[in-house]
Formats: sequence, C-alpha cells, structure tokens
Amino acid sequence: MVHTFTYKHNGKPLYFLWDIESGSLLNVDYVAFLCAKNKYAKEMTSLEMEDYNAISNESKAEILDEILELEKEGVLDAKPQYLTFNKSYKYLKAMCLHICHDCNMRCEYCFANEGTYNTERDYMSLEVGKKAIDLLLANCGIKKNLEVDFFGGEPLLNLDVVKGIVDYAKVEAEKRGKRFSFTMTTNCLLLNDDNIKWLNEEMDNVVLSIDGRRCVHDGVRKSPTGNPNFDVVLKNAIKFRKVRGDKRYYVRGTFTAKNLDFSEDILYLNDQGFDQISIEPVVLPNSHHLVIKDEHLPKICEEYDKLAESYIERRKGEKWFNFFHYMIDLDHGPCVNKRLTGCGAGTEYVAVSPIGEIYPCHQFVGEKEYLIGSVYDGIVNENIRERFSKNTVLAKEHCTDCPAKYYCGGGCAANAKNFTGKLEGQFEQGCILTRKRLENSLAIAYIEKQK
Amino acid sequence: MKHIEIVTKKSLTKNHEIGCGECQASCQSACKTSCTVGNQACAKEEKINKTIKNED
Repeated sequence: MVHTFTYKHNGKPLYFLWDIESGSLLNVDYVAFLCAKNKYAKEMTSLEMEDYNAISNESKAEILDEILELEKEGVLDAKPQYLTFNKSYKYLKAMCLHICHDCNMRCEYCFANEGTYNTERDYMSLEVGKKAIDLLLANCGIKKNLEVDFFGGEPLLNLDVVKGIVDYAKVEAEKRGKRFSFTMTTNCLLLNDDNIKWLNEEMDNVVLSIDGRRCVHDGVRKSPTGNPNFDVVLKNAIKFRKVRGDKRYYVRGTFTAKNLDFSEDILYLNDQGFDQISIEPVVLPNSHHLVIKDEHLPKICEEYDKLAESYIERRKGEKWFNFFHYMIDLDHGPCVNKRLTGCGAGTEYVAVSPIGEIYPCHQFVGEKEYLIGSVYDGIVNENIRERFSKNTVLAKEHCTDCPAKYYCGGGCAANAKNFTGKLEGQFEQGCILTRKRLENSLAIAYIEKQK
Repeated sequence: MKHIEIVTKKSLTKNHEIGCGECQASCQSACKTSCTVGNQACAKEEKINKTIKNED
C-alpha cells in the first residue's frame, strides 16, 4: 500500500509517497504525485484531476515506468511481510509502580482523579515495592534490561520508599546479571537541591510535568487550595534541567480544548531552555469541558504544521530541540516485535498499585475487571494477558490500510477501551492525530536530510 | 530517476529479525497517554535523533 501526502515548507508544497509495508519514503514532483494518486486509486480534488488530465501521455508513461521499476524492487507497493503475530506474554520487562495514590496538585483533566485512581489515597510501602521487584525479576526470563517507572499521583510524596526500592532493585539485579533502568514522572513541586541530586544520579529518565505558558498551566493545574503553582514548577524544572546535562529527561505537558494553539506552549518551553519536549492531547470523556472534540481536529493539524516549521528553523541553531512525536529514525528504529505489538501493556509491561495489585498498565489501575494478580500471589489472571497479547496491529481491521500502523503499534489499548468499550476498538481521534504527526515527522526528516 | 527521489529505501524490511525484545516499553518514556513506538530507539543501535544533533 502506498500513502500519498503533502507538506508545505516555506510556503512551497512538497509531495511524498510513503510505502507502508516497506517503509520507503519518496519525494516526487507534482506530476509524479498525481500519477501515483491515480495509479493507487487515491481520491483527488477537482483541481488535481484537472491537472492530471492535462499531463501528456508521454509524461504519464515515463512516470509509470519509474513507478513500476520501484515496484519491482519492492520499494513501492510492497507486500506485507507479516500476516499474523502472537505476542509472547511469558516474560515481564517493564513495571510502572504507583508509588502513591495522592497528589499535591488538582489538575482538571487528571485521568487518575486527583491521583487517587478512584480509590483511597494510599502510599506504597517498601515491602510492596520490594515484592514488585522480586516479581519482575522472577518473571523476566532472558530479558536483561528491565524498566521501573515511579509514577503516581506524585511520587516525590513517597520518595523514601522510592529510594529504598532503587537500592533493593540494584542489589538484586546485580545478583542475577540484570540491569534496571529507572524513570520518574513528577510535577516538580517538591523538587529541591537534595532530591534533584539523587534523581539525577539514579534515574535514567525523568519526566517533568509542565503544560507550557503560565496562563495555560495555571488555567488547569491548581494546588489543592486552588492557588496557582506555575512559578514554583518552572523554577524547579529549570533547576533540574541545568543539573541534568546530557542525561535523559523530558518536559511533558498536556494540551486541551482551552489551548489549541499548543505550539506556542512548546516554543515557550524551548525558550525556557528545555530541549526535550513532549506535549500530548488530553484524553477525556466527551462530557468534560476540556475535551478535544472532532471539530477541533483541523485546527490541531494546522498547529502541528505550524510547529513543524518552527521546529525545522530552531533545529538549525541555538534553540535546537526534540519534539517527542517528531522524532523518527528512517534507517533504524525499533524491531518488528515492537512495531507490531505497541507498548506491551498487559504482556511485558504491567502497573502495580500502592497495595500491590497488578494491572495491564497505569491507565487500568483500579479497574477490577482488569486485575491480573498481586505482588503477593503473582500473576493469576492469564486470560487478560492473553487478550492483550492477541491485540496486535495485525489483528485490528481498522489498522490494515493505515500508514501509521508500524509507528503506533496499533494505538493505546486504554484509550480504545475508554472510547469504544473494547480493547480492540479504535480511538479514531488518536489515529487522525498520529497520522498527521507521522506525515510531518517524515517531511521534517526529508528536509533535514537535505542539509 | 527524473520525477522520483528516494529518501529512504525499504527501512522496515531491513529489520528481518523479530527483535531481541530489549527495547524500551514506550509508556516508560514521555507520552504516558498514547502509544508511540516508531520513535523508540533500538536498545542495540541507540541511534536516536539526539545523536544526530551531536553529529552536526
């Protein structure tokens, strides 16, 4: 299957063919673009049809020859390499530890309901944390690189337990020839010189939550008393960034219906000195006042285009930065296993609640029908894991012709479940935005390659 | 070719092997509310955009 798309750079259109199965990216001229659209039965606008009809038969034949040559090479219209794939759920690799179900912020869009996940405010004990590490080590098989993410609520509210778990995990990993990679997601409010030093030494990645400009952040992220906290968050995040050097971190925000001009927030964060940035569209029930609606999508796509042009420009100089969704490695990237199975929720990745319950991922915590075990009893509900293991990109009909299918791995199961009631369903809004970001990242990769 | 420029050729067919299974779980990275795997680095190759910056 061949996907055709355009991208406007410096006001001039660029034309691309993207071969979904082979991963080949071609830049073509306008006449070849129209001929490809005609050959692969893509819908054309009336202007495109008019222009196509005006192309001479000689030119059409010349272009068709080029296309056929590329098809013979397997560059265009390549056959699918994989028709079925069963993800193994025998081994665990990654664990999200809900260090506490409590938070010192009250974000209006929080999917965890003020950090509680609709349960009691609770803190993980060191005992539960150690049991979780034991379970991961006992179930990791031959996997060498294991991952533990400290998540909440706000994990810094229970930092002593985090430190205890890290110390324990490192000792136990060394005994077994394994390696742990630790990450933490924090809202920055409790960052200080001491814990910044510790986090910098021990965490392989730190995700700092901040939504962008003051008006945006303070508009939706309040302290429990209702007071704004932007100044403290930004000051602490900048302090952490300065200490962090070249080690991995992200500033990570959320945009909502209130700030559809979110590219301004990304550039604002870049202006504050951050060079690893991720801003995600909020995912909320349709009744929520901050929800992104279908009618917002054209504006959001325009905003991604606007961001892409600023991104290309800034990456030429002092304000170079990475935007999480525009990172793409055309020549390497993840293996087939990853591309077909996505994030690994419920199979190689699980989440552990403060009391030691095990769920398929952090977004399922508290949903008893998805409970798969506990750190005390181990994983007992293999049926749920099997269901996740079968939920690959190849099993989803709506993914079959999607150009982004090997880049999203079939999408987020939690979003699918929340919007369609089924793990195997389609969260269409997410698909539209994923495709848009993929097209832009491909165009950016092409433009940067021209340098 | 006169009309077509190849930017990258058959990048997905280069990964014939199923994979070693050591790559990062995507939700451990920045997103947490979406599923993006195409931008994950291979644990063996470690060739992410950040290294491209350094090459510049």
